[in-house]
Amino acid sequence: MAEIILHRTGPGVTLQDMGRKGYLAQGLSRGGAADILALAEGAALLQQDAGLAAIEIAGSFVSLEVTEPARIALTGAPMRALCDGAALAWHASHALPKGALLELSGSAGAYSYVHFGGGIDGKQTLGARSAHLAAGIGQMLEGRESYPIGADRGSRVGLTFAPLPRFDGGVLRLVETPQTHLFGEEQLARFIDTTFSKDARGNRMGQRLVSDGAGFEVAAGLTILSETIVPGDIQVTGDGAPFVLLSECQTTGGYPRIGTVLPCDLPRLVQARAGAELRFCFVPLEEAVALERAEAKRRAGLRSAAYPMIRDPHDMADLLAYQLISGVTRGDDLERSAS
Amino acid sequence: MASTHSEAPEPPRISTLGVDGMLVSFGSTLSEAANRAALSFRAAVEAEGLMGVEETATSLTSAYLRLDLDHADHGSLRAKIETLLGSRDWYAAPLPQGRKLWRVPAVFGTDLAPQLQEAAKLAGLTPDAAITALCAAPLRVQTIGFAPGQPYLGELPPEWDIPRQTGLTARVPEGAVAVAIRQMVLFSVATPTGWRHVGQTALRLFNPDKPDPFILRPGDEVQFQPVTREEFENIRIRDADGGAVSERLG
Repeated sequence: MAEIILHRTGPGVTLQDMGRKGYLAQGLSRGGAADILALAEGAALLQQDAGLAAIEIAGSFVSLEVTEPARIALTGAPMRALCDGAALAWHASHALPKGALLELSGSAGAYSYVHFGGGIDGKQTLGARSAHLAAGIGQMLEGRESYPIGADRGSRVGLTFAPLPRFDGGVLRLVETPQTHLFGEEQLARFIDTTFSKDARGNRMGQRLVSDGAGFEVAAGLTILSETIVPGDIQVTGDGAPFVLLSECQTTGGYPRIGTVLPCDLPRLVQARAGAELRFCFVPLEEAVALERAEAKRRAGLRSAAYPMIRDPHDMADLLAYQLISGVTRGDDLERSAS
Repeated sequence: MASTHSEAPEPPRISTLGVDGMLVSFGSTLSEAANRAALSFRAAVEAEGLMGVEETATSLTSAYLRLDLDHADHGSLRAKIETLLGSRDWYAAPLPQGRKLWRVPAVFGTDLAPQLQEAAKLAGLTPDAAITALCAAPLRVQTIGFAPGQPYLGELPPEWDIPRQTGLTARVPEGAVAVAIRQMVLFSVATPTGWRHVGQTALRLFNPDKPDPFILRPGDEVQFQPVTREEFENIRIRDADGGAVSERLG
């Protein structure tokens, strides 16, 4: 049986998949990969199911060995990747020979992912392999542990794709919450005009945002009865700073919420580099629903958007030419017609 | 709104929560009727099997419905919610079927639960009278939240309308019983808290390795049974379930 053997891991390295739906009523949030899009991208590169578990690396490092030949894909925040000392392209799939040492370090961003053909076959708890540290499910991965790799039904490697840009911040779209208007028009206007960046304090439960301006608050003395909260909700806590809830958030909360980030825009918050500028705008619910549906469709089509790397991707200066070439001779016509 | 409730403090309010959620709120403050309405309404939504609803949950006075955006839209779901809301007076609806009463041994005070005296004093009671009062009647699991399997229990008599501490207790252990604002929390994980730690159980409310990892459900009832520290230690050693026994409440 193929296994990975972890040699060294930094903090914040966990097994993640799509998480666990259906336990909100029992106080357990869905959890799962901080950047769900990266899971879909890894699945597209390996041409396999997006529900398989991958290793999530939260701005940290990993070195591991594979006991058998294995396929991998690298997604999310780019890192320096070495296979037995040779550089590997990020946002791409690769073959690792038996006994190869994979070293990932020097993350430039927030969450990076390494996916394996067949997925990592960690222990399932409540139908998922994700660690949910806040709930006491699973734990951080540590050196000298080994994990089985699931049966790999695919064989293709050397695919790449154009990832959705999400490492440089930008404008995140919001829908209103039941408490949005408690902040008043003036504060809402100021909120929209404010440029935020990520606070150093952030984890899988949530991300605090900072700005140069004054904080935000609802009318003094107003108490809000605790109710259901969801990832993307922007709570404003006592210090006036917005706090965006992420995948491992609690299930109920009593802080007023100024808005909710659209799920399709959350990867841009989660993956924004330190210092990247983040702004917000409100969109009507109907538009938000249309955007979510469009993104779900785009993700479902990611598999056919992956194309072969036909040259060393370190040399990306003529990316346009290389896309044109791959568009003409995909090189996978036989395999595509067979599947 | 499809219906009005003359006896109720506020009519139910429907709002959206995020891109794929709807919230039906039965009150902006906690009351027994609003809590019961939320529990009862959620049970009815589950029983109806509303198309396009993927998941439901309750908080203290509201029910949450998560939509499958591939198979539902807010407009048609809102219409179904309004129809269901109008079908009866939810503030007078009985609690759902299938609930359980749990009797849970707890030691109050001692070094295991050091804030009994302080909390009793705030409620104007002696420590013994406080224990009697806290164990006198079953308390409803008003909601489960904050952490997996963690219940908010209530409602306690008015003298227990005591504030949370301004500072936080650095850590209360799993199974701790804490009190504030006419409610008790039974902690499912060790955590910092502003609630006063008055009792300790040996309950493990969330055990992810069990086929059913959760002991309590919203709407269940919990009655604490005071035990001595010695009895508590025996329970802790011998009984993986913390001595809790349950019976069905019809």
